[in-house]
Amino acid sequence: MKRSIIYLLLAFVLVLAACTPAAQTATQAPQQGGEITLGLVISTLNNPFFVTLRDGAQKAADAAGVKLIVVDAQDDSAKMTAGIEDLINKKVSALLINPTDSDAVVPAIQKANEAGIPVFTVDRGSNGGTVVSHIASDNVAGGKMAAEFLCKAIGGKGNVVELQGIAGTSAARDRGQGFNEYMSASCKDAKIVAQQTADFNRDKGLKVFENILQAQPEIAGVFAHNDEMILGAIQAAEAAGRTGIVFVGFDAIDDAVQAVKDGKLAATVAQQPALMGQMAVETAVKYLKGEKVDASIPVPLNLVTKDTVK
Amino acid sequence: MLNGNHSSSFISFLRRTSTYLILLVILVWFALLSPEFLTVGNLLTIALQTSLVALVAIGMTLTIITGGIDLSVGSVAALSGALAAGLATRGGLGTYPGLLIGLLTGLGMGFLNGAMIVWGRIPPFVATLASMAIARGLTLVYTQGRPIAGLDKTFTFWGGQGALGIPVPVWVLIVVAFLAYFLLKHTPLGLHIYAVGGGEETTRLAGVNVGLVKFSVYLISGLCAALSGLILTARLWSAQPNIGVGLELDAIAAAVLGGTSLAGGVGGIPGTLAGAFIIGVLSNGLNLLEMPSYNQQVVKGMVFILAVMLDYFIKQRQAKPKGNPAD
Repeated sequence: MKRSIIYLLLAFVLVLAACTPAAQTATQAPQQGGEITLGLVISTLNNPFFVTLRDGAQKAADAAGVKLIVVDAQDDSAKMTAGIEDLINKKVSALLINPTDSDAVVPAIQKANEAGIPVFTVDRGSNGGTVVSHIASDNVAGGKMAAEFLCKAIGGKGNVVELQGIAGTSAARDRGQGFNEYMSASCKDAKIVAQQTADFNRDKGLKVFENILQAQPEIAGVFAHNDEMILGAIQAAEAAGRTGIVFVGFDAIDDAVQAVKDGKLAATVAQQPALMGQMAVETAVKYLKGEKVDASIPVPLNLVTKDTVK
Repeated sequence: MLNGNHSSSFISFLRRTSTYLILLVILVWFALLSPEFLTVGNLLTIALQTSLVALVAIGMTLTIITGGIDLSVGSVAALSGALAAGLATRGGLGTYPGLLIGLLTGLGMGFLNGAMIVWGRIPPFVATLASMAIARGLTLVYTQGRPIAGLDKTFTFWGGQGALGIPVPVWVLIVVAFLAYFLLKHTPLGLHIYAVGGGEETTRLAGVNVGLVKFSVYLISGLCAALSGLILTARLWSAQPNIGVGLELDAIAAAVLGGTSLAGGVGGIPGTLAGAFIIGVLSNGLNLLEMPSYNQQVVKGMVFILAVMLDYFIKQRQAKPKGNPAD
């Protein structure tokens, strides 16, 4: 029995030893990289979008010969704050932050400001603190882009449904804001008959839209805050045998692009996460090398329709 | 209880100190590997980050000692933070009435848990699972899913820098930990909390009001959760409707790492604090070592299992001389 305790202690030490290689490469890397170390705090790495963003950032960091440390906040503002504090203590050259929330990130950014570490925000912005640049695709503009397309496609009139993302996320807020602003200002003859949340989820999109189909005999168009929900809605419409509805999604995930090719989905707004990650790293490196950078770096969005799909 | 040979007293020493030994090993390890780890600034950062889990874990420890559990803590933290922030800002009540209502919210949810468990005879796991959903739902209803910002300095003070350069949340943790330790070790209620976990029926027959004891621990756990939620809100300068998701798991892990038995009757505050710090130090240290986040989760899980197994083996070894252990 005593022996098993010793084995356990050994295993324990081995687990800790597994951490060692990371530290060794850590001490070697800065020499090659002109001593620039960037810290990237990402809202979640459980979502392919942000994984792609991270990959884009990593590629750009490798190309520029700088080191990139990535911390995953797991969609938790407390973990995000802790990650930022850890990187401040680590004395990184600059922080690239993809906040879990624009308010919650403010005190952590102020801590970085106090420590003299320049901060760049990626995808979501911050409502305070000093930020050198904000690198993002404009979700409000994307929502507008979707509304403009939808309005034209339904001939400027008819009943419109909005499937909303997780309440409280800035993507849901901004995409909804851009969409609703355009609809109420420039598409006055169309009527938004239902606005319901389906939590960015395909299954919920299906169920929510099934209920809306029951309640609304006539629907001209649907806009969803992401592709998962719109794909669910398309399934629901097909199952109910309803045709002639114009569907517009957001994000241009693979399934959605395929649906555009198949003619089931009219359009989807494409963000470019890899480009966003790349531009974030490039902007930070430029700034650290003494060049001037803009306060807002817009990452191009594009509308994927049957005409533009590759 | 023990026979006095050397091996046995060594094992007994290990049993009492295994959590602290593990914490020490991890501390030394990170100090050797990362030049940034063992600085005053970083140690204070760890204390600050750990205080939120540790506060909740203290309340959790009391419920677990009685043989219960409180899964609602994360949601209660979010609800208290949201109500306090909302009433302090858009409600126009100001910081202190807001904070007070936040604490009362925690007590209220603790009362609900206690009522379901004591009067409703619902198992704690199920009862607090229900109140976990209720509190999260109420948080989303009240906030409409949006964060509440605009807290003034008297509110954010509770998440910031305090006396002697030590963050206010750490001071709060020190006070709460001391009170909980005193409660457990030096009051009749503390004795009864252990007794209920050791054997509910025997305790009842001994004339203790078991229901009252259970009510107390869920009230305290609700209060601890609320305190953690208020501090987290102050630390983030805003109430976030989705904070505290999974907080109950970290709190349970801290208690179990600290030697609290999920079967009840065994556990204590110093061990739980050490358990919480193991979790906090690992998060901080692995970030400083630049370990990728996916790998971090694997390492944390493995350390957890090893620590618990070590604890189990040591206890089994200690129990041997007096016959086969029941557990």
